[in-house]
Amino acid sequence: MMAPVFDVVVIGAGVVGAAIARRLSHFELSVVLLDAADDVGAVTSKANTAILHTGFDATPGSLEARLVRDGYDLLRAYCQRAGIALEITGALLTAWTDEQLQALPGLRAKAEKNGYDRCRMVDDAALRQREPHLAAGSLGALAVPDEAIVDPWTPPIAFATEAVRNGVELRLATRVFGIENAGDAWRVHVVLAGGTPNSPANRPANGAATTSLRTRAIVNAAGLGADHVDRMCRPDADPSFTITPRRGELIVFDKLARPLVRHILLPVPTEMGKGVLVSPTVFGNVMLGPTAEDRLDRDDTSTSAEGLAFLEAKGRTILPELFTEEVTSTYSGLRSATEHADYQLFADGTYVCVGGIRSTGLTASMAIAEQVVALLDAAGVAGPERAPGELVDPADLGCPQLGDDSLRPFADPALIARNPEFGEIVCHCERVTLGEIRSACAAVIPATSFDGLRRRTRAMAGRCQGFHCMAPLAALLAQSNGSSIDRLLRTP
Amino acid sequence: MSANEVDSLIVGGGPTGLAAAVELRRLGASVIVLERDAEPGGIARHSNHPGYGLRDLRRVMRGPAYARAWTARAERAGVDVRVHATATGWSDDEAGRAALVVTAPTGREVIRARTILLATGCRERPRSARLVPGSRPSGVFTTGSLQQLVHLHGALALRHAVIVGAEHVSYSAAMTIAHAGATTLAMVTEQPRSATFALVDRAARLRYRFPLLTESAVVAIHGRARVERVTVRSSRTGRDVEIACDAVVFTGDWVPDHELARAGGVPITDDYRGPLTDDAGRTERMGVFAAGNLLHGASPADVCALEGRHVAVAMAGHLADGVWPARGLPVVAGASVAWVSPNRITPSATAPHIVLGIRGAPTGSLVVRQGTRELWVSRRQHWIEGRPAHVASRYLRGLDPMSGPLHVAIS
Repeated sequence: MMAPVFDVVVIGAGVVGAAIARRLSHFELSVVLLDAADDVGAVTSKANTAILHTGFDATPGSLEARLVRDGYDLLRAYCQRAGIALEITGALLTAWTDEQLQALPGLRAKAEKNGYDRCRMVDDAALRQREPHLAAGSLGALAVPDEAIVDPWTPPIAFATEAVRNGVELRLATRVFGIENAGDAWRVHVVLAGGTPNSPANRPANGAATTSLRTRAIVNAAGLGADHVDRMCRPDADPSFTITPRRGELIVFDKLARPLVRHILLPVPTEMGKGVLVSPTVFGNVMLGPTAEDRLDRDDTSTSAEGLAFLEAKGRTILPELFTEEVTSTYSGLRSATEHADYQLFADGTYVCVGGIRSTGLTASMAIAEQVVALLDAAGVAGPERAPGELVDPADLGCPQLGDDSLRPFADPALIARNPEFGEIVCHCERVTLGEIRSACAAVIPATSFDGLRRRTRAMAGRCQGFHCMAPLAALLAQSNGSSIDRLLRTP
Repeated sequence: MSANEVDSLIVGGGPTGLAAAVELRRLGASVIVLERDAEPGGIARHSNHPGYGLRDLRRVMRGPAYARAWTARAERAGVDVRVHATATGWSDDEAGRAALVVTAPTGREVIRARTILLATGCRERPRSARLVPGSRPSGVFTTGSLQQLVHLHGALALRHAVIVGAEHVSYSAAMTIAHAGATTLAMVTEQPRSATFALVDRAARLRYRFPLLTESAVVAIHGRARVERVTVRSSRTGRDVEIACDAVVFTGDWVPDHELARAGGVPITDDYRGPLTDDAGRTERMGVFAAGNLLHGASPADVCALEGRHVAVAMAGHLADGVWPARGLPVVAGASVAWVSPNRITPSATAPHIVLGIRGAPTGSLVVRQGTRELWVSRRQHWIEGRPAHVASRYLRGLDPMSGPLHVAIS
């Protein structure tokens, strides 16, 4: 008996893959969304700078520029509908040297070429009024009023939840190790994963559970592994790109530092990239970073002494008072950089590649999804649009309201009256209640790890980093998983 | 008295807050204690080793029994101890009288009080705040999280650990590691020697067989899903050594839990960063007091309990006469002194003592002087960061209100 043939298998459940699966779920198509990790949005998508980019500084005429611009509008509307935290703080590109100051009008012209015409020059006096804690020595700035900060964790989970509720099959901890083109369909060989998702496709270990899926189309949204998947899908073609993981390290400061900054403070960009920024976050912290360093190991998200020292030195030149507050956390993410400047987004028959998304995946995700649907349609993989009544409304997803700007459960008397578990705070630093933890553990795509719980609730993202709450949270997670604390901690 | 108004509102149900509450009840005040955890008692609840209760209860007790003892005393004294109750902010009325906004399973309410005591304690500085680079695997703990996991939840949590820090609490961590059936592979300190009593250090290292790596620091953590090893660098030799382990326990290096104080506009010090207080526990905001390890990290529980009792007397005094005395003489931290508490002293000082944090590992005498007059010179000895020193209040008599600040230094 032949295995059923799916219409589309989306490889990679980061923010881009999840957005694609979500959009595909609006059509009558059978879709499977796979990821080698044990959760949605668990790899690169959890380590970005949480900025919704206008695309003002993209390369004019590039695919990235168009998809970032369109994606901005789509995601902004989605966040509003789904109740995902978003604040339009605006950005200030600050000039510290005459050379940088001279560069600002050129950047404004570039923004206009990208279809963004709301940049404004700001003289130093006005700049310092807007940002009184800025380091001395600024000369002026270019204001980008629509640049925004967003909750980076909820969108991939919301997209994937919407997809699943619309009928998409989600398979986590599922790694692709081989792909065959069998004429009218693809055969995707997967293994139930552990180990390192993004290393070159190893043969599965003896005895590992493998299976295969047959599908009419494949979407490669595999992030750090996109070149491996591309080779599997197009073994006879010249390799069109190679992924180089580009590490970005970041420091997150205590929420008590929040009053020090109001806008996203951007540097004037150089060839190396966007540079080091200082920005408030929707959670009420201040973030400093990222660095940009090409690496070899695609699974190594360590921070480094040099990277953190570099950030500290840079931070002191932008917002010196930051360092009177405690550091809450440090992290690093690996961008999927390639030898090309633009996205590697193309179709080859019924294979659509979405590679090399680098730094703008979150912002562009929904526009990328539209593009992928169009490419699949052109390849003959399409289905009628489903009636809205059949589909879940983003407003009904129950997205957690994680922003400090919103009424969170601990502060909601009516909610506490309905359910006292929303009055019992478990993670004190972030004020996460028992009710929210239970919701996260019982969700359609539930939290099963500390990291997954953190991204759904903010638990353990706070200044004590588990000093007060690691133990009770471990107990709750273990209970929810039907497991033990030691298994959760991976105690040897 | 309505549920929304009380004479004294105490934030923090550890030894400081409970002892203050009991004393306030004895002096006739109505008291509510807000404890955000499931049970009162503070850190002692999960610090399952003896050494508690010496100075305040005059007994030798293990932490959990000590926590229960103080909880029982508070209940017997008629203190309204509310658990799972978190003060999340301030809500001052038009007259500027202070009130706290509280979240609890029973609902969200505003509690007004004529005196508020902040007894919110301190926490150990975690790995990320210490900027220790490397991966972020499972198996990185503080003493606090490890003790809760082992003593409150029955987890094993680890097999082979490296302890960062050599303060009193670091040796508690070694005890907890042993209790979990695991091994301490090394204790690493940036200081030239241990910061606990020499006898305790030697006994622990004999019993648990771990080396004390001095003038050293963990400079990287490695491991994918779980800690696999740490890199320890010696500042003396400049050399690195890799230690294979499955856990790193970050201990001590105390940070005050001062969020509520800052949200209430209570001025904090530049050094330790707890509220600025005088010898009676008054902060610079009228009606608001502070005591315990929120002011000085970290004194033992019984010392904090005595301090709580002491502040309660001043709180009762303020309830009775509404007086808020003028600020006393500043206490200034001099050479090798990282911070002092209290920060101001009234000439007729009633503080049990001055606590001071040491910077580095100086050798010398602790000198307390006012102007050119030396009030006290201790014997020459070795001092060390991570082990606060104390100046008994009997040495603080006869302060001259006209002679300027008190200086505390090691020379």
